[in-house]
Amino acid sequence: MSISINRRQFSLLALSGLAAPALVKSRAFAAETITVLNWQGYGTDEAWALKAFAEKTGITVKHEYFNAESEMITKVKTNPGAYDVVLINSARVRQLGADYLSPIDQAKIANDASIPPALRMHPNFVIDGKPYGNVWLWGMTGMAARAGKAKQGDSLSLLADPGFTNRLAMNDDPVVAIGIGALMSGQDMNAPKDLKLVGEKLKSLKKNIRLLWQSEDEWNKAFAADQFDLSVYWSGAAIRSRQNFKLPVDFIVAKEGAIAWVDTLTVPKSSTKQDAAYKFLDYMIDPDFYYEWATKVGAPASANPAAMAKLPDGDLNKITHKADYLATMQIMGPLSDDVRQSFVDLWEETKAFYAK
Amino acid sequence: MLLPTYGILAISVFLPLAVMAFFSILKRSPFDPGPLTFTIDNYLVFARRPYLIDVAWTSIQLGLWTTGACVAIGLPAALALAKATRGQSQKILFFLIILPFWSNGLVRIFSWTMVLRDGGVLDYAYHQLFPSAAPLGLLYSFPAIVIGLVHAYLPYMILTCYLSVSAIDDQFLEAARSLGARWPTLFLKIILPLAMPGIVAGSVLIFVPVIGSFMEPRILGGKTGVTMGTVIEDQFTQAFNWPLGSAMSFVMLGFILVLFGTFAGALKTRPVAAA
Repeated sequence: MSISINRRQFSLLALSGLAAPALVKSRAFAAETITVLNWQGYGTDEAWALKAFAEKTGITVKHEYFNAESEMITKVKTNPGAYDVVLINSARVRQLGADYLSPIDQAKIANDASIPPALRMHPNFVIDGKPYGNVWLWGMTGMAARAGKAKQGDSLSLLADPGFTNRLAMNDDPVVAIGIGALMSGQDMNAPKDLKLVGEKLKSLKKNIRLLWQSEDEWNKAFAADQFDLSVYWSGAAIRSRQNFKLPVDFIVAKEGAIAWVDTLTVPKSSTKQDAAYKFLDYMIDPDFYYEWATKVGAPASANPAAMAKLPDGDLNKITHKADYLATMQIMGPLSDDVRQSFVDLWEETKAFYAK
Repeated sequence: MLLPTYGILAISVFLPLAVMAFFSILKRSPFDPGPLTFTIDNYLVFARRPYLIDVAWTSIQLGLWTTGACVAIGLPAALALAKATRGQSQKILFFLIILPFWSNGLVRIFSWTMVLRDGGVLDYAYHQLFPSAAPLGLLYSFPAIVIGLVHAYLPYMILTCYLSVSAIDDQFLEAARSLGARWPTLFLKIILPLAMPGIVAGSVLIFVPVIGSFMEPRILGGKTGVTMGTVIEDQFTQAFNWPLGSAMSFVMLGFILVLFGTFAGALKTRPVAAA
């Protein structure tokens, strides 16, 4: 028996031969693993979500965690190729910048389409016209009070009110502390012109301050033990304290505003799995993922209005995080090393004053 | 034969110190791109930031109080272990003393917040005795930091004192008693001088890490918990200023060396015969 093939059949065979490595590659892609660097328990490591993502894309997601933003920056700088997706507060994106991060091609992220361009291209993470982070979540740092002890629109001067003597918990973070002092003195929190005045405002809290907290867990335990009534606290954490731990806490947006912050997911320049990383970025900003995360676990506000719209009416997250805040509030912005050091120095000096 | 030992010592002790010493004379973080520039400005930290003198004094007070409390509790405990217990009960007591070493530091500190807080274990017991008294208010105070640190470091003092005290020959004590010495004389003239090597070793092992501690001050101290340890930690975690943090650590190290150098005479232990 003889087999004869014509030119067309030969071409098809040849093409299929050429396609074989691509098929192999595609199978290899199916078993691809990406590594995400994030805070522990901050959305990207939800087991149910990673299972759904793996089923959808065939991509497995591994995690590494950091406990401080400086640790994250050190890890990215010193471990090239180790991470494919990194969570970075937008104010810190420039610290890594084009030397360590890839510009994000937003056209490859379908869910980005419903995010307002002003947020998608926020100056915090746009360098030379290109975004180096994909905007993901936002939240606020403002006042949180035991139910009934303060109301929406109260002034930040409440923090120094004698009615809260020895009943105030302050966030032990220099950028937040200086930001609060700047808002109390009517200044730009990212570049306060009169740092002395900021220091005076912060020092006026001395009689009220009972503790300086650093973690949400520490805050919850102290609040549950009735150690304080008023605090500088994170909006998302306040919602979790109320929903998950049934603590009687109200998040208050003061009349002077609150410190808004925006978190981005970035792709390091050294990542060799950028396509898979983009798929993960798209999944993280997907309204379906956010709905599950926000309603079952508790999350900050999504940067995707479509995701926020999916939340039920009356949802505490939806009520707390009004979309127009992002347009009216000061957003935590990049700080140069010198400015950051001056903030740290002022906060250390203030803390030493509290301790005296 | 000693070469591997020296090698391990060099790698585990001197290499990290040498790296930190190198960082401390840099102008910017070693991970920043661009050429390295050097400065000694970081070592002028106490001149540039006078408030750090208060902070350093708080750290020293913390070291003195913690070491003092460890001596006050550790020496009698070591005496009891060495002279009043034998066999199985001694083993159990040793196990209980070493137990804090086996527990996670953070868990240990957070468990103290449960004990010290208003309405916590201590406060509850106090109000059972004095129902109308004001809350103890121990948590978020200087004594709370000392309590947390004493719990963490007491085993060092007990173990070093135990070694000294167990070496005291009972015949010394019997001879003193037969000559009419009472308990205070026995303690001051015989036990204390002979236990001094253990007390000194324990004090050095405790004082040095305590003045650089940051977890206990942060979690138990509230607004009083500002120490050199927390300031140095903030340089690494908040300011990302590794050079300044390293320089502060070396200034503290220098201070400790000067302190020990100054009191070296007093710290010298005397042989038994001299006692």
